[in-house]
Amino acid sequence: MNVIGYIKGIIKGIISLIKGMMVTGHYFVHPGKIVTQQYPENRKKLEMFTAFKGEVTMPHNEANEHKCTGCGICEMNCPNGSIEVITKTEVNEEGKKKRAIDKHIYHLDMCTFCELCIKTCPSNALAWGQEFEHAVFDRSKLTKVLNKPGSKLMKGVE
Amino acid sequence: MIEDTVIGSIEQQEYTINMGPQHPSTHGVLRLVVSLKGEIVTQVKPHLGYIHRGIEKMSESMTYPQIVHLTDRLDYLSAHINNHALCLAVENALQVEVPERVKYIRTIMDELNRIASHQLWWCSFGMDLGALTCFFYGLRDREYILDIFEESCGSRLLHSYYTPGGLMKDIHPGFQKRVKDFIKYFRKVLPEYDQLLTGNVIMQERTRGIGNITKEEAISYGFTGPSGRGSGFACDVRKHHPYALYDKVDFQEVLYHEGDSLARYQVRIGEMWESMKIIEQLIDNIPEGDYSAKMKAVIKLPEGEYYQRVEAARGEFGVYILSDGGKTPYRLKLRSPNFSNLSAIDLLARNFKIADLIAIGGSLDLVIPDIDR
Repeated sequence: MNVIGYIKGIIKGIISLIKGMMVTGHYFVHPGKIVTQQYPENRKKLEMFTAFKGEVTMPHNEANEHKCTGCGICEMNCPNGSIEVITKTEVNEEGKKKRAIDKHIYHLDMCTFCELCIKTCPSNALAWGQEFEHAVFDRSKLTKVLNKPGSKLMKGVE
Repeated sequence: MIEDTVIGSIEQQEYTINMGPQHPSTHGVLRLVVSLKGEIVTQVKPHLGYIHRGIEKMSESMTYPQIVHLTDRLDYLSAHINNHALCLAVENALQVEVPERVKYIRTIMDELNRIASHQLWWCSFGMDLGALTCFFYGLRDREYILDIFEESCGSRLLHSYYTPGGLMKDIHPGFQKRVKDFIKYFRKVLPEYDQLLTGNVIMQERTRGIGNITKEEAISYGFTGPSGRGSGFACDVRKHHPYALYDKVDFQEVLYHEGDSLARYQVRIGEMWESMKIIEQLIDNIPEGDYSAKMKAVIKLPEGEYYQRVEAARGEFGVYILSDGGKTPYRLKLRSPNFSNLSAIDLLARNFKIADLIAIGGSLDLVIPDIDR
C-alpha cells in the first residue's frame, strides 16, 4: 500500500509539473503581445500619461509670463518644506506698490509628490511636468527655481 | 580528528542565527533572530525598528490633508486603502457627506489596489518557494493596474489620491474602458495562477500543514485580513462594518478553516475573484457629479476621539484621531495589520524547519514599513 502511495505521489507530482510547464510553454510558442518595454531605447517615443506626476513646474506663456502672485499658499501647504517663495515689492505703472515673486524655489529632492501645492494654488500657477529622469551627480542640482529669469505676472491674474 | 563526543555536543547545542535585516525573503528590513536545533526552529524573535520613521509623531505637526501622503508610506502596497481610512475618519468627524461618485471611485480603486497587492504577494510568495516564473507572470498582470492608477492618479505606487472630502482630481475619461479591459483579461489569466503554482506538488508539500494556527489563537494574536480568514476567523471589515459602498455590492467573504500556509494562500486567490466581482458591479454605474465635497480651506476637527477602520489588503487598518479642536491632531494612532500578524511568527514557525519559516513569512504577506511606521 505504501509503495502504491509512493508511486501515485510521483505520478501526481509529474502531472502537476507538466500542467505548470503547459502554461509557460504556451507563452513560449505564443509570444503575443510583448509586455516588456525596452526603456532607454524607446526614450524618444515614450509618452507619459497626462496626469503623470514628474515634477512641479510653473508654466510660462510665449511672452514669458506666469500666474504666480507670490501668496505663499503652496509653501504653507507643503508637508515637508519643498517650496520656498521669496517675494519682492514692485511698483507698477500706476505707481502702486505690489507684491511679486522674486524666486519660487522648489526642492525636488524633498518633494513627496502629494499634489497639495498644485491643488491649493488659487491662481493655478503650478502644474505637473512630465520629466522623470531626475538622477544627477550633485544634489544641489535638484534645487530648482521655477520662475524663469525676467518673467512677469500674467495680466488679469490677481 | 575531532572526537565523537565533541561532534555530539555541537549537534545538541542550540545556536542562533540572524535572518535579516538584509535578507531578500524578509521583504524588507526585518531582523528575525532564529534559534535552531539542527534545522529545526526552536524560537523566532522579531526585532523591529530598522525603518521606523515616526509617522505618528510627525502627523501631530501636520494638517489633515497633509497626513494623507504619510499614510501612503505605511503599507505602500495598499496606499489607496490607507488613504481611505484617514479620509473617512476626518469626514465622519466633520459629518461631511461625500458625493456618490466619490464613493464609487473610491471603492473601485480600493479593490484594484487589493488585486494589485495580492498579485505582488503571489509573485513574491512563489519566489520565496523557489518558483521564479511566478514573479514575472504576477508582475506582468500588475502592470495593467499600475497603468490604470498612473492614468487617473498620476503615480503608480504612492498615489495620495484621496483627500478629506473627495478626490484630488477626477478620473481619466478612459478609466472605465481600461478597467473593463483589465477585468476581461484578468478573468482569463487568473486560472493560470492556479495551474502554475496552486496545483504544483512542490508548493503543496511546502505549505500544507505548515505554520498552523487555530481560530482561537488567531483571534488572541489579533490576526486580521487573509491571514485571519485562513483560520476561519470571519473578520472582513467590508462585510461586518461596511464603509463606502460595500453594503450595496454583493460579494462573498472568503473563509478557509485549515489555518495553514496553504489556507492563507487560497484566501488571497479567492479574494482576487471577489474583488473583480465588486468592480464589475460598480464600473458601469459611476454617477456623474463632483469629485469632491465642498471643504473649508483649513480643516479643523471638533474636539473628541475618532476611529475608523478599513479592510486593507493585509488586514484591518485603523486610524485613531484625538483632536483638541485645532487644525492638527493632538494624537494620531495607526493600527496596522502587519504588526499583529508578525507577532504570531514564533508560534507559527516553532518546530518547523528553517526553510518553512520562509514559506510562513511569505504566507503572512508582511510589509515592513507598515510594522515599524
